[in-house]
Amino acid sequence: MKALFSSTKINRFFSRFCTYLFLIVLSIIIIYPLLITVQSAFNSSDLTAFTLDPHMHWTLANFKQLFSQTLYLTWFKNTMVIAISTMIIQVIIVTLAGYTYSRYRFKGRKNGLIFFLVIQMVPTMAALTAYFVLGLIINGLDQYWFLTMVYVGGGIPMNTWLMKGYFDTIPRDLDESARIDGAGHLRILLQINLPLAMPMIAVQALWAFMGPFGDYLLSAFLLRSPEHMTVAVGLQQFIADPTNQRVAMFAAGSFLISIPIVILFFLLQRNFQSGLTAGGTKG
Amino acid sequence: MEVQKMKKKSVRKAGLLSLIPGIGQIYNGQLLKGIAFLVATAIFLIELVTIGIPAFQGFITLGTVPIRDHSLFLLVKGTLQIIITFIFVMMLILNVNDAKKVAKQYNTLGNVNRSARSILKNMWENGFPYLLTIPAYFVMLFVIVFPVLVTLLMAFTNYDFYHIPPAKLIDWVGLQNFVNMFFLSAYRSTFVSVLGWTIIWTLLATTGQIALGVLTAVISNQKFIVGKKFFRIIFLLPWAIPAFVTIMSFSNMFNDSIGAINQQVISLLNYIPYVHVSDIPWKTDPFWTKTALIMIQTWLGFPYIFVMVTGVLQSIPDDLYEAANIDGANVIQKFTKITLPMILFATAPVFITQYTFNFNNFSIIYLFNSGGPGDVGGGAGSTDILISWIYKLTTGTSPQYALASAVTIVISIIVIGVSLLTFKKTHAFSNEEMM
Repeated sequence: MKALFSSTKINRFFSRFCTYLFLIVLSIIIIYPLLITVQSAFNSSDLTAFTLDPHMHWTLANFKQLFSQTLYLTWFKNTMVIAISTMIIQVIIVTLAGYTYSRYRFKGRKNGLIFFLVIQMVPTMAALTAYFVLGLIINGLDQYWFLTMVYVGGGIPMNTWLMKGYFDTIPRDLDESARIDGAGHLRILLQINLPLAMPMIAVQALWAFMGPFGDYLLSAFLLRSPEHMTVAVGLQQFIADPTNQRVAMFAAGSFLISIPIVILFFLLQRNFQSGLTAGGTKG
Repeated sequence: MEVQKMKKKSVRKAGLLSLIPGIGQIYNGQLLKGIAFLVATAIFLIELVTIGIPAFQGFITLGTVPIRDHSLFLLVKGTLQIIITFIFVMMLILNVNDAKKVAKQYNTLGNVNRSARSILKNMWENGFPYLLTIPAYFVMLFVIVFPVLVTLLMAFTNYDFYHIPPAKLIDWVGLQNFVNMFFLSAYRSTFVSVLGWTIIWTLLATTGQIALGVLTAVISNQKFIVGKKFFRIIFLLPWAIPAFVTIMSFSNMFNDSIGAINQQVISLLNYIPYVHVSDIPWKTDPFWTKTALIMIQTWLGFPYIFVMVTGVLQSIPDDLYEAANIDGANVIQKFTKITLPMILFATAPVFITQYTFNFNNFSIIYLFNSGGPGDVGGGAGSTDILISWIYKLTTGTSPQYALASAVTIVISIIVIGVSLLTFKKTHAFSNEEMM
């Protein structure tokens, strides 16, 4: 794309100045709250509010307290177990369904697609009471597998649409020539289409993995005992109680949980653009 | 001439016979398939007599004796039985169609698949798409369809803190909850006030994040910019970090007395000549809490739009702009006539999903200020949106499960109605390739 403004020299200088000013101001607005949280993680533990302090004394005391006095490591492990199982199950289901809706023409296909679209709009998390009763009956309350299935189910409709959009962009000529060579359904799926869809599968895996890390509502509601909590619910306790605010410890816990996710995110973010626009332009 | 000698199978007869599942298949000569259908039917009938009929009875009465009858379980079991019956009816229809199809096939081709081997092979060839989508439907059936169905039914009962089973029975009350929501003054005023803010919130927060996302994409996509990658990494940070971390951090920073926004940012602003801003009551004044929430959601949500729009921008061919330059178009004309239509065409459906997302964005409302400050009646705070009000109705000290379910249904109808209308308007459905 050409520069937005281009007529005279002064105009050009002015437009470039404004562009950089915008980029820098936005960057500061993004960095400031993050920096303040990171710094508070290393500040003294009697902190009551986050502050940005250039003369601060850096310490690891919060992390030591986090590991020795709280269940943080257990929460971390719980969240990991739930996130990884959600990721594996959801990616398999969504990839198979998305592939089918992209490649096959079968009876009920159109109705199925509309069903996915409509069901994705229903705020399933509002059905809290129903989840609670269901959990009570099948003995799933306070159990990881039940929460995992709820996460998986909630992610299927929308992600199947995105997956289908991506498979639509992979040319079908390859399938055809493989079929003429005698390849069956499974070979065409596993050996031709799956490798080509890897960028999107990676994106889906990342999103499915991040979901449980970001959710507060369902995990707070379905996992009751302290040793089964996820990080989000556990950390919230540190700042929810106004009489016993452990802000610095909250910051330290948040910092630790964010690091692996941010790294994964930036390793895979190259794939986002193709994944999103493929689903977006068609959908 | 074997074919001519062969007796024709009546398609009609095959269809009628398979009203008892399996008989039609046996008539067609597919003994194994017929037996399989018969066995499935027998299992269903046994289930219906032993479990099903009591379940339906319990579903209708919701129990008659407290303690012995748990109304909630009866409701749920009834719902499960409805699903099982529905699946059986679907199988019945499938079976009639199959018998008719095979009879036709027999008449034209003169033979049918009889061996188990050839039937299985046929199923693998034609049933492959169904096989691949079964897991998705299975999980959705239990995790989405079933809870939604139970919620729907619960909205027509009187399940609340006065009626907690098994000590008390729950009863069907028809449309009472909806009548209360719309006409009973106490609940109506809460509902209207919460719904009003939910709509304002959805429109402002989503439009904010879309506007900032598009603006940032357009500005940072200009060719001359140095350090594009660096800016891109920074702009993606709000998306990369788990939302609960940033929301809780913001919640701390916006504290009225000790928060960093009042302590550091505002006092910094006051260094600018002729600017004087006093501390802002972010957490105690509803207006400022709402302002803060919209700003934070804009901050959190713009990277997603930014990434998507950047992708679209890079796919717009340069010659479009060159042609516009030759025609003497100015910057604003180029933006409104080329850039914006291209972006909207490609991403409108995704924008719609962003609106529905914010309509139900529980995390930010609840984690920032627990829906507070203040109280607008019915247990809702002044910044509660419908979804967080439902959460409070369900988890509070005097739970109102039935009312919460009724609100959920109203939400769903609003969201689905508006989205479907907009999808239709943006012609997302008319794309031949997509459907």
